[in-house]
Amino acid sequence: MSEQFITSIPSVSPRNHNHVTWFDSLFAGAAWFAAATVLIVIGAILFVLIQGALPALYKFGPGFISSAHWNPVTENFGARVPIYGTLITSMLAMLIAMPVSFGIALFITELCPRWLKRPIGIAVELLAAIPSIIYGMWGLFVFAPLFADHAQPWITEHFGTLPIVGVLFTGPPLGIGLFTASLILAIMVIPFISAIMRDVFEATPRVLKESAYGLGSTTWEVVRHVVLPYTKIGVIGGVMVGLGRALGETMAVTFVIGNAHKLSNSLFMPGNTISSTLANEFTEAVNPIYTSSLISLGLILFLISFIVLAVARALLLRLQANEGLST
Amino acid sequence: MKEPVIQINLDDLEQPDTARLKAQEPHVPASDDTEEIPSKIILRGLNFHYGKSQALFDINLAIPEHQVTAFIGPSGCGKSTLLRCFNRIYALYPKHRASGEVILDGDNILARGVDLNLLRARVGMVFQSPTPFPMSIYNNIAYGIRLYERLSRASMDRRVTWALKKAALWNEIKDKLHHSGTALSGGQQQRLCIARAIAIKPEVLLLDEPASALDPISTLKIEKLIDELKHDYTIVIVTHNMQQAARVSDYTAFMYLGKLIEFGATRLLFTNPAEKQTEDYITGRYG
Repeated sequence: MSEQFITSIPSVSPRNHNHVTWFDSLFAGAAWFAAATVLIVIGAILFVLIQGALPALYKFGPGFISSAHWNPVTENFGARVPIYGTLITSMLAMLIAMPVSFGIALFITELCPRWLKRPIGIAVELLAAIPSIIYGMWGLFVFAPLFADHAQPWITEHFGTLPIVGVLFTGPPLGIGLFTASLILAIMVIPFISAIMRDVFEATPRVLKESAYGLGSTTWEVVRHVVLPYTKIGVIGGVMVGLGRALGETMAVTFVIGNAHKLSNSLFMPGNTISSTLANEFTEAVNPIYTSSLISLGLILFLISFIVLAVARALLLRLQANEGLST
Repeated sequence: MKEPVIQINLDDLEQPDTARLKAQEPHVPASDDTEEIPSKIILRGLNFHYGKSQALFDINLAIPEHQVTAFIGPSGCGKSTLLRCFNRIYALYPKHRASGEVILDGDNILARGVDLNLLRARVGMVFQSPTPFPMSIYNNIAYGIRLYERLSRASMDRRVTWALKKAALWNEIKDKLHHSGTALSGGQQQRLCIARAIAIKPEVLLLDEPASALDPISTLKIEKLIDELKHDYTIVIVTHNMQQAARVSDYTAFMYLGKLIEFGATRLLFTNPAEKQTEDYITGRYG
């Protein structure tokens, strides 16, 4: 009986086996190639950016970053205004978008009655599906006039006189400017951040939440002390996705930021971001140094995004170390 | 069998009528030392629905104080559902409904206006799979305490140490209090969860299959722990494992298809069951 059992094991025929190996190595090769494409593309982009930026960087030196001049006529270029605009609008947008997104995600996962869950979820997803140029048009034609007529004078009157921060809210009520751009950006990144936050909140094991409720925690205490720490990597990831989008967003910002190469302390004054400068001026850049300066701006945007990613990684590593996982 | 201890409960003294009367309900365990043991929780006509399907049917039961009561029965018989009524954890889910009465020290906790957070401070729960919070061992314990009490650093340290010693975990982790609670082994995590539950000094401890995810040695530790904890707490344990129920509990309830079939002193129920269904189950004929 047992002998029969042993002889009945089918042997793998050599031909069949070769076929499998051949297919497997082909598959592995294809996967390798796909993965390598990422590196090749990034390398190529970086190479082209650096090559294009070299003439401007060579001419202006490190002063390119610190100089606030941007004069196509005299061919004197500096990146300070667009860098400042990019960082300020993105950060302000994140400041507005993070609490709102957190609230949306929290409401959907913990508080929302079942029948309202889907409509809100779909509405948030629709918000993400609206093309950015629509946001830009809405910001310019609808929001900016309303803001200039009704909100801005009041804010300037009540907050413009405060010490230190007051200067942020001064200036004529134009409607457009850094603040409006930040607000539009915030609305644009909210769906991304809140969708990711909702997904990671939902991934929190039910028993973990139950055991926190089982100790008598309130909803807020459960979210603050259990859900957020459990999902922090996902939450930070979501915020970084939003920040990445805010840094690079072009069309909507170009519509509402005012496109002025002027450094201003007030958030209500027109400004510029790197991407809006590029969108506005690439067609006008007729001489090589002008084009090269614009490419340098692109390179700087690339580096800023890279630094944001690196900082996020470092932050996560530190969080893990604090929690004691790596000790 | 230990000498039955006569417990004087403060709440009984304050509300002598209701508490005593309710203790004499028909489903008080059939045992010779019944009179001496007051009831901590009394269920009367408890029904439970998940949406439209009914999971518990007219449960009447009295859980004796400072004893271990085990719920046994085949999967889906409603024993975990019943346990979840004692701290109303089911109320997290909108479609879960309980009707009837669950009387804890004379008060119906199913009534409207019951403060669920305070209820859950009085009735602690440990779940099937270990659920350490994503924080240090120390904070896992301190978290629950901070919800209710403002303790100085020194007395918080004392309380955390007390809870960890009580849960027989102290010796294993005393040198790594500030390491992550999620890095412990499964058995240690479960004892951490028990320590967390007793740290806020509840009156009742609910254990929902606390050892089903653990290896035999960890299971043994948990069972020893249950035996020690019953001096301070009223313990209700749901278990799949009949041997475990026989080992750790003083009273056992057998449930089947959402109904309470039999309830009595463990040694009586396992040696001389009154119901045919109970006998079939404990002798392994179905379930």
